Amino acid sequence: MPKDQGIGAPVKRREDVRFLTGKGRYVDDMNRPGQAYAWFRRSDVAHGTIARLDTSAAAAMPGVLKIFTGDDFKEKGGLPCGWQVTDRFGNPMQEPRHPVLAEGVVRHVGDMIAAVVAETPEQARDAAEAIEIEIEELPAVLDMKEALAEGAPKVHESLTSNCCYDWGFIEDNRQAVDDAIAGAHHVTTLELVNNRLVPNAMEPRAAIGEFDASSDDYTLYSTTQNPHVIRLMMGAFVLGIPEHKLRVVAPDVGGGFGSKIYHYGEEAFVTYAAGVVKRPVKWTATRSESFITDAQGRDHVTKMDLALDADGNFLAMRVDTYANMGAYLRLFSTSVPTYLYGTLMAGVYKTPLIYTNVKAVFTNTVPVDAYRGAGRPEATYQIERIIDLAAAEMGMDPIALRRKNFIGKDEFPYQTPVALVYDTGDFHAVLDKLMEISDHAGLPARKAESAARGKLRGFGVSTWVEACGLAPSALVGSLGARAGLYESATIRVNPTGGITVFTGCHSHGQGHATVFPQIVAEMLGVDESTIELSHGDTAAGSFGMGSYGSRSLPVGGTAIVKATEKVIAKAKKIAAHLMEASETDVEFANGTFTVSGTDKSVAWGDVCLTAYVPHNYPIETLEPGLEETAFYDPANFTFPSGAYGCEVEVDPDTGVVEVVGFYAADDFGTVMNPLIVDGQVHGGLAQGIGQALMEHTVYDEAGQLLTGSYMDYTMPRADDFPMFQVDHSCVTPCTHNPLGAKGCGEAGAIGSP
Amino acid sequence: MPAITVTVNGRSASGEVEGRTLLVQFLRETLGLTGTHVGCDTAQCGACVVHVNGTAVKACAMLAAEADGANVVTIEGMANDDGSLGVIQQAFQDNHGLQCGFCTPGMVMSAAALLAENKNPSETEIREYLEGNICRCTGYHNIVKSIQAAAAAS
Repeated sequence: MPKDQGIGAPVKRREDVRFLTGKGRYVDDMNRPGQAYAWFRRSDVAHGTIARLDTSAAAAMPGVLKIFTGDDFKEKGGLPCGWQVTDRFGNPMQEPRHPVLAEGVVRHVGDMIAAVVAETPEQARDAAEAIEIEIEELPAVLDMKEALAEGAPKVHESLTSNCCYDWGFIEDNRQAVDDAIAGAHHVTTLELVNNRLVPNAMEPRAAIGEFDASSDDYTLYSTTQNPHVIRLMMGAFVLGIPEHKLRVVAPDVGGGFGSKIYHYGEEAFVTYAAGVVKRPVKWTATRSESFITDAQGRDHVTKMDLALDADGNFLAMRVDTYANMGAYLRLFSTSVPTYLYGTLMAGVYKTPLIYTNVKAVFTNTVPVDAYRGAGRPEATYQIERIIDLAAAEMGMDPIALRRKNFIGKDEFPYQTPVALVYDTGDFHAVLDKLMEISDHAGLPARKAESAARGKLRGFGVSTWVEACGLAPSALVGSLGARAGLYESATIRVNPTGGITVFTGCHSHGQGHATVFPQIVAEMLGVDESTIELSHGDTAAGSFGMGSYGSRSLPVGGTAIVKATEKVIAKAKKIAAHLMEASETDVEFANGTFTVSGTDKSVAWGDVCLTAYVPHNYPIETLEPGLEETAFYDPANFTFPSGAYGCEVEVDPDTGVVEVVGFYAADDFGTVMNPLIVDGQVHGGLAQGIGQALMEHTVYDEAGQLLTGSYMDYTMPRADDFPMFQVDHSCVTPCTHNPLGAKGCGEAGAIGSP
Repeated sequence: MPAITVTVNGRSASGEVEGRTLLVQFLRETLGLTGTHVGCDTAQCGACVVHVNGTAVKACAMLAAEADGANVVTIEGMANDDGSLGVIQQAFQDNHGLQCGFCTPGMVMSAAALLAENKNPSETEIREYLEGNICRCTGYHNIVKSIQAAAAAS
């Protein structure tokens, strides 16, 4: 019988009740006393010089409190990029300033030129539209290869070219890879576009800045995945507000998928403006604004060569990628096509020699950043597609070719030639499971049945591994991350035994409020209903790095385990005192402390109360209170893996593709809540299938976004999918975190396209 | 500004509206019923679906003035009288039919409208009925399951 609480139980989500009754509290649901409203005037051209900017008429319009332009932010910092990439010649990447409001030049449609703060949103909008602006258009740079051509117009005049960096990984292997390819029995070459996507979290971004004149404190309410990181970046690097005077709150957030990691200019603007007008300032994006301002994803063009011997063994792989940065750098944008991509090029295979070259390119398009999977879907897509092509060219079965080159389950830990060390995995097992759940043996019969109806049926396979659980701080620091990627947790046991768990992670759909208490309940043997999660408020709990890169459970969850262990250790001391026993003799199980070899026991609740009401307490040797904090920095990435199969039926007359079956066999390590894991996979699959069959971002030659609304950008709908079949019964636990958890948030979007 | 009176979730509610005020703005800003969400500006996403005189309507595609005198039900009106989750709401929780929760009110309101006109819809009918509701988190799988479960339970 399945457990009804604790680790592994399919606990129903407690947060659902408020969402299902309309009591969720998203930023746009909030209104602060005396609130004013911001509206941004944005560039309607992709590239140009601001020849005239006259706000005087707009400033005189009804309700207008103040109009801001780039001049107001000249002394402020630029919006930060989090990763420094060093190019293959040893030089730092080119990193242009990204001002809050444009400073004389606009570089993409949607770039912010000015902002109006007014009494009502309508007044702010009317005034923003009345600002007189003349832009002298400059040629827009859109195609990456053209952008790198000699004499191409530059997105940033201050830079030497449109090349952010030319990165080689591992540069020392370059010649050996070239030689291996030159001498190989067979070389398969494939050039692919990994198309640009708009993440489209259903909640448009919103922000409210607030200034408390009595304390000089600022508060920002924002739709962010990482409130602590926003406080650090906005406070220290952009506005110059010390962190103890700045609070960032991310309440319920309606999806992120990476697009709500970045510190956006709108956040800095409303915070700064609130201090100027001495009123709360609120901004909520329209969906049209989201399309031209939210970080977009993917957008690679890659040529890959795969060398094989006559038996189909992979000998070497060479990868040449152009990665579109858009007009400015965002928080993870430089790391996505490098450390989250080049390091994944081994995939699940024993390719001995790999070299990846990436040219990151500035263009006059909306900036790109991490989007669900971030680098790993791009790597997986390229690898899996070239294997299918190689199999076809060599007359081999694509599944057999994969199996031949898999890293065997006895070869872990496995040192790849691209820096990563995979701790665990069993790639044959997940592929076996896929064959089983997809009834692969029955495929010929299903093909025949389709053919009888005049349809074509096919089955595609993708076997993948990813590196997530971001991330070991020392390793990512050596790779160029400007911050460590540990996570924190505080367990506050209250006097009557109720527990508040603070995490630096943030839930925007992942169900942390349900899962994290499951872990603590399992460890303490108390009822889950006595445990509450607190997150999303920098005024509560310790600094944390937020949620992305499938890190909340393996990193944040482990911090919770470590903090809970500390609580148990201290509680044992208190229990030892109460039972007049030696601390080393105290045992703790199922919420009760006992002294081994005796019938003495004391309940969890008595220890909690004693900690806070220490009438009889060894005050000289033991501090009152029962609250512990832990910071956890993982020793390695985690490596979920899986095998995915997609069965499609194609109408040869119309070309219409119908996904008739999708099967996912995953190894996520130990699963905390299978209900939630299933849901994470389903959502990822929909985004991956969406990328493959429906979604596509199109700019015209002038840099206008043609797919700028749900009328034009094809969002997957309910009738685009069959029921998915997902399985996570293949388990090779992670070896370096106590939960054995690997993370599951991005898998679906990595394995499916 | 003209005043309108609307029955919302069984209670009479009045307020002044501009000619351009949308029903969803009236519900959210004037009445404080923030369960109805705005996810787009082209009447595509369905996060704002409410019932107006028993019909599912995108509240971003209707002027508040048009709702004068109407009977409106929002997500806040879907729980049982004792405050417990209604059948559809409970089915969504039981089947993990929501993640970030943002599209959820619209999904529940659309599901209720579907089940009112078709007590036992097929999977295909459910998927086709949800054409006007976009979810980015669930891949729709568990939403479809939730509606199937709600149909079976009611």
